[in-house]
Amino acid sequence: MYKKKLLDTFNWMILCGSTLMVCLFLGIILWDIFSAGLSSLSWRFVSTFPTNGMTQGGILPAIVGTVILTFITTLFAVPFGVACAIYLNEYAKPSILTNTIRASIRNLAGIPSIIYGLFGLALFVKALHFGTSILSAGLTLGLLSLPYIITTTEEALKRIPNSLREATLALGVTQAETIKDVVLPKALPGILTGVILTLSRAAGETAPILFTGVAFYINGVSTAANQEFMALPYHLYMLSTQHNAIEQVRPLAYGTAAVLILLVFILNILAFYVRFKNRTQD
Amino acid sequence: MDAIKLRAENLNLYFGKKQILKNVMIDFPENQVTSLIGPSGCGKSTLLRSFNRMHDLSPDATIEGKLYLDDIDLYDKKNSVTDIRKRIGMVFQKPNPLPKSIYENLSYPLKIHNYPKNEIPNLIENALRESFLWDEVKDELKKPAVKLSGGQQQRLCIARTVVLRPEVILMDEPCSALDPISTKKIEELILKLKKDFTIVIVTHNMQQAQRISNKVAFMYLGELIEFDSCDTIFNHPKNELTQRYIGGHFG
Repeated sequence: MYKKKLLDTFNWMILCGSTLMVCLFLGIILWDIFSAGLSSLSWRFVSTFPTNGMTQGGILPAIVGTVILTFITTLFAVPFGVACAIYLNEYAKPSILTNTIRASIRNLAGIPSIIYGLFGLALFVKALHFGTSILSAGLTLGLLSLPYIITTTEEALKRIPNSLREATLALGVTQAETIKDVVLPKALPGILTGVILTLSRAAGETAPILFTGVAFYINGVSTAANQEFMALPYHLYMLSTQHNAIEQVRPLAYGTAAVLILLVFILNILAFYVRFKNRTQD
Repeated sequence: MDAIKLRAENLNLYFGKKQILKNVMIDFPENQVTSLIGPSGCGKSTLLRSFNRMHDLSPDATIEGKLYLDDIDLYDKKNSVTDIRKRIGMVFQKPNPLPKSIYENLSYPLKIHNYPKNEIPNLIENALRESFLWDEVKDELKKPAVKLSGGQQQRLCIARTVVLRPEVILMDEPCSALDPISTKKIEELILKLKKDFTIVIVTHNMQQAQRISNKVAFMYLGELIEFDSCDTIFNHPKNELTQRYIGGHFG
């Protein structure tokens, strides 16, 4: 008996310790970034252009670039991803082909992001002649996001009980109307959560935009789809490893990291809010 | 002889290679309540669901034989499945209100079938009155339907079926998830509704079948064993299997 209790306590300590360890790492990262970056965070920092070869000024174009880039990604990946998930979950009959498609999509989620970058370079930049532009980069990030959006949307659709579909079908409502009026509204919070988390991941990606359109410095904020652009993760990468005065720009790099984390954090809070609102409704 | 509303002729149904229904021949009389009884897995629900073509969504279901509503061949490619389901409504085992308000649960099917907008409020009130629910919900029609009690939800589901004025209502163990008082209400409702609708009900409750049915069909292992008036099935069943099932020797 005593031995069993000891073993139980030991198990608990291991599990609890692991959790604490993970939290500790997260805490250290956040502490490191915010303690060093806080000094450069200011309204001026997020609302002005970089000056003097990046050693001074703000990061406005990188913020705008990341926002527009994420917007293009959303525009491309969300409609296609959700449509694909609806087809797989609501229409596709279980067969070897369907299972192969589903397995392939799961596997796509595991492909390193640099490979998406190279693929985007070959397809969008070269073959489709979009050039190195915010459009090419957004579409590349869209491809990267698709498998996540499809998978999370499919999971959200799977959670809708079949009895709900039968309810409307038995009333002579078509399958398409059932999906539009009952299944999708009910699954929407789950779908949105998946979409937002995927986009917050995409917003922080560097490798896929590296060859497809990101630039170190752009004069002015460009909003045209065929122009190169600045983005937060790449800006951070350049400031922390490629700049000729690394020591001098280090606070700016920390500041950029803090802004990027805050941006992702806001998206995550949004996802949390959507889920919370849904839970209180049920 | 009663008028025949719903008919199955030589119905064989398979899920994959497994045969669920074996050569079922049955006629359901108009404006009466017919109960389907039998042990779990005997094919009662499967038979019920084949009439409003709910098996269309199961890719491994194969159906042989003919099913008729009056003289309409239900599986004829010319007939639209939505039209058939509008004429043959269904109430399920577990109440399944839509995640909308009480009012919208009834207005939604009406809108889908293009009923004129100005008639909708009246149709909804009538259907709720018919389903003994109006007095309980008339002041809170905007309330989410899932907030109702289980028994109220099931009566709402019946109202949602009734509002479309189908000719047949199929009920798949509509009381199995409800308490005795709610069950009693639903049974009273069924007895009232049979004046306007033909009702086929699957039930595991012998007393219930006895209380509400005009005719009773006993099924066993996918076959229709005996089909006769309620009195005959419960008091002088002809088949030995029926006798043993009614007597509670298996099931």
